Amino acid sequence: MWNSSILTIVTFFPLLGVLLLLFVDKSKLSAIKIIAFVVSSLDLIISLYLYFNFSSDTSAMQFSVKKDWIESLGISYHMGIDGISLFLILLTTFLTPLAILSSWTAITEKVKGYYVSMLLLETGMIGVFVSLDLFLFYVFWEAMLLPMYFLIGIWGGPRKIYATIKFVLFTMTGSLLMLVAILVLYFMNYGYTGIYSFDLLEITKLPIPLGAQFWLFAAFALAFAIKVPMFPFHTWLPDAHVEAPTAGSVILAGVLLKMGTYGFLRFCLPLFPNAFIDFVPLFSVLAIIGIIYGALVCVRQEDVKSLVAFSSVSHLGFVMLGLFTLNLQGIEGGILQMINHGISTGALFLIVGMIYERRHTRLIADFGGLSKKIPIFAAFFMIVTLSSIGLPGTNGFVGEFLIILGAFKSNVVYAIFAATGIILAAVYMLWMYQRTMFGKITKPENENLKDLNFREKIILIPLILAIFWIGLYPKPFFVKMEPSVISLIENANIKYEENKLFEESFYIDSQQMKQIKAVVSQQRPTASYESPVTRNE
Amino acid sequence: MDWSIPQINLELILPEIIITFFAILILILEPLLSKGKKNFLAHLSWIGILIAFIANLRLWDLMETTFSDMFIVDNFAIFFKFIFLAGSFLIILVSINYLKREEMVHGEYYSLILFSTLGMMLMASSFNLVIIFLGLEIMSISLYVLAGFKREDLRSNEASLKYFLMGAFATGFLLYGIVMIYGSVGSTNLEEIIKSIAYQKEGADLLLWSGVGLLLVGLGFKIASVPFHMWVPDVYEGAPTPVTAFISAGPKAAGFAALLRVFLFSFVTIKADWTIVVWILAALTMTVGNIIAIAQSNIKRMLAYSSIAHAGYVLVALVAGKEAGVSSALFYLLAYTFMNIGAFTVVIALGRKDTENTNLDDYSGLGTRHPWLAIFMMLFMISLAGFPPTAGFMAKFYVFSAAVKSGFVGLVIIGVLNSLVSVYYYLRVVVIMFMRPPVPEAKPISLPLGSLLVLLISTWGVLQMGIFPQSLLALAMLSVSSIF
Repeated sequence: MWNSSILTIVTFFPLLGVLLLLFVDKSKLSAIKIIAFVVSSLDLIISLYLYFNFSSDTSAMQFSVKKDWIESLGISYHMGIDGISLFLILLTTFLTPLAILSSWTAITEKVKGYYVSMLLLETGMIGVFVSLDLFLFYVFWEAMLLPMYFLIGIWGGPRKIYATIKFVLFTMTGSLLMLVAILVLYFMNYGYTGIYSFDLLEITKLPIPLGAQFWLFAAFALAFAIKVPMFPFHTWLPDAHVEAPTAGSVILAGVLLKMGTYGFLRFCLPLFPNAFIDFVPLFSVLAIIGIIYGALVCVRQEDVKSLVAFSSVSHLGFVMLGLFTLNLQGIEGGILQMINHGISTGALFLIVGMIYERRHTRLIADFGGLSKKIPIFAAFFMIVTLSSIGLPGTNGFVGEFLIILGAFKSNVVYAIFAATGIILAAVYMLWMYQRTMFGKITKPENENLKDLNFREKIILIPLILAIFWIGLYPKPFFVKMEPSVISLIENANIKYEENKLFEESFYIDSQQMKQIKAVVSQQRPTASYESPVTRNE
Repeated sequence: MDWSIPQINLELILPEIIITFFAILILILEPLLSKGKKNFLAHLSWIGILIAFIANLRLWDLMETTFSDMFIVDNFAIFFKFIFLAGSFLIILVSINYLKREEMVHGEYYSLILFSTLGMMLMASSFNLVIIFLGLEIMSISLYVLAGFKREDLRSNEASLKYFLMGAFATGFLLYGIVMIYGSVGSTNLEEIIKSIAYQKEGADLLLWSGVGLLLVGLGFKIASVPFHMWVPDVYEGAPTPVTAFISAGPKAAGFAALLRVFLFSFVTIKADWTIVVWILAALTMTVGNIIAIAQSNIKRMLAYSSIAHAGYVLVALVAGKEAGVSSALFYLLAYTFMNIGAFTVVIALGRKDTENTNLDDYSGLGTRHPWLAIFMMLFMISLAGFPPTAGFMAKFYVFSAAVKSGFVGLVIIGVLNSLVSVYYYLRVVVIMFMRPPVPEAKPISLPLGSLLVLLISTWGVLQMGIFPQSLLALAMLSVSSIF
């Protein structure tokens, strides 16, 4: 009972907070903040239940719940998690309270709406990671856009409206085409089994002709690639990040981008393994371009926040490269790097937000020599910077090392090019750190800066602990994700072969089909029912 | 020749009789009531609609024809009548205060709404092309008058005249089409048509094709499909706002009721041939509607073009055909009725006696000035744009799934890309409401009880059909069996 409802509780618990907030008068600011923080923290505590009760012996979906939702269309309320989604859920519940806490003083207008949006966003994000029904997944995927749209559009910077519309339109372009692909899969499934179902686990069993796989993969991959964002679909990201409020950036970088990479693993690989393998060269090259291009652009940034934003393009390139190595190390490294990026980049955005609250500028040129005035801040900043670069002992090292290891196994050239990304990362991060923190204080405004207060330390300390935990002892993570990743790869291999066999047998079938069709069309001149998918013959 | 009085089963047309009775009753009472008591007529009219609603409910699952097979009562018709009655009910609730505000409380307004509803109900129940024509005329003539109901307002007059002239023209097309079809198959009865088309050796002949084409033009005008949409923006803008909301919901649905029944019942055997035409119409309607809507700065005009675009989505359902297509069209039209009337209710609430405040800039900072009104508006906008978990998403999803099922993936891709375009202008309203500084306003907005009720009912509809659509979906699916 508890096991089957826990995912529902984790997903919808933030909505309880929304409900509570609706009844709080909008002038009671502290009550609103405390409710939002407490609710999201409780959600974190509830989600820890998942971590401690997650069995690492099986690759099957755990804590799953399946109920009819819209019976007549075969839509079910199907949730469940495996070793891949577990950590992304934990990342979400971990970052949301911190993001809420970081908005304590930064948000002064429409406070109630802000925290309502944050909590709605949390529900949407968790929903994406737990859904095992394509329809349910799509609903969360789209519904989550709106709170983010408001977070950027209402509480954002000067170009917020441009940024938020761009964010929504980019994301929707991909996801609407994905909707068409979902529908095609749905009717293919009906064609083969006679059952209407959006259930991912059912549809995964489906043999899909290679030609159809190509297009379906393209539709899904476009949606996810925009979300990641992969080069060349990344242009919405810097705008959204720079304009978003700090907490929005944290969530955006920390969780939202992971939905894209997660989508590749959860949907693209199991559903379309043949197309996936065909696309490996293209996506690997795009990932590497993203790594190097993102890093080079970072070097030239004058604004700290846009530097961090572009570094996301580079880091997510690593994740994508890892996933597309299609071996255990690469994929595990990719998943771990998703979490690492959430923690390190989330922390970087928080730090940028803290300094912005003090100085109301983010230009590198406006800083310099801050380490003398605010040493604690500088120390935290240093740790996070090193984690982002991937120094051994921090989390970034483990993830990037595994990814490059995986890349070496699959293609040495990719690995060599990707490794230059790490060097460039050191260049832009350390140079930025040097220019802001070291040297002489050039601006008089920087003389009287206050160091971190208690609340800000509370925000950063958990992140720092996580950085070292993953950096020094990542075993618990791998133990839990390994069975899922192994079975993911194995199943993809099996299905790859099956699809090939199916394709060969299909050729004969299609010849027979042609004859049958010819006979039928002689008898009836009107159009007969056609399969929804044009099969390549 | 043997003439006999046809069998008439009055019970089957009870809902229509009730509506007619109340419409005439209102006309009779109107001169007898003193000026301050005209509101009584409004209450009378919504009570009449409720009674008709119940009478309609009792006919569910009855599958009978009467008046020499001219009039049919099946679930398809009943479902449509629910849409019309619900739409008219909501419009009457909104109108009560609107008429008072605009100082044009005249009883015949309600009578005209009821007559127009009657026409729609006839269209949904017709089993003969002649009845479709009659229903369409009853509906349209009432609408022509309603569009010009703001007698002193020049724009309203213009709307009325434009609507009348173009509508009359379109009706001519429709009638001419019926004549052609009669000439080709020798009957206007829908079932006879299907039989004689089957007898015709080489499929349909030219006469029939011209008939089908002209019918499509005539009905295409009513549903506001491109290229017969020219009247829409001006009429929507000029007509009193409740009438605009009314035109956008009921008559459009009625046009689709006739279109779906005639094309998917009588012309189903030649579907492959007319599908290509409707395919093009659907693609054009969606694209033109959505793209022009982007450029609008007046919310009524924007909603007018959006209404064109939505007609395009329902045409996709017509192209899809089959049970899934028709039931998705039913579901879509019901969802559209809720979200569109909801949106117009907010527009009405923002208006004033002398100024309607329909410029998009008038919505600046509505989120700060009237958070609840803005939240309602936001809900309807995201539903129109098709975001989950709202009715708009579910409806679009269902229509597109029906089209994919029938193999029209290309059209669905055009549809989803259009829906992307529409996101831009629907969300622009949200941007203006929540992300712009508020404008000073002369008088604070007061939300009368009727409008509030409409907003709540529409919100319920939008959320119910978006989150738990099962029951209404099942109802829509049950409503289509008689067509096939």
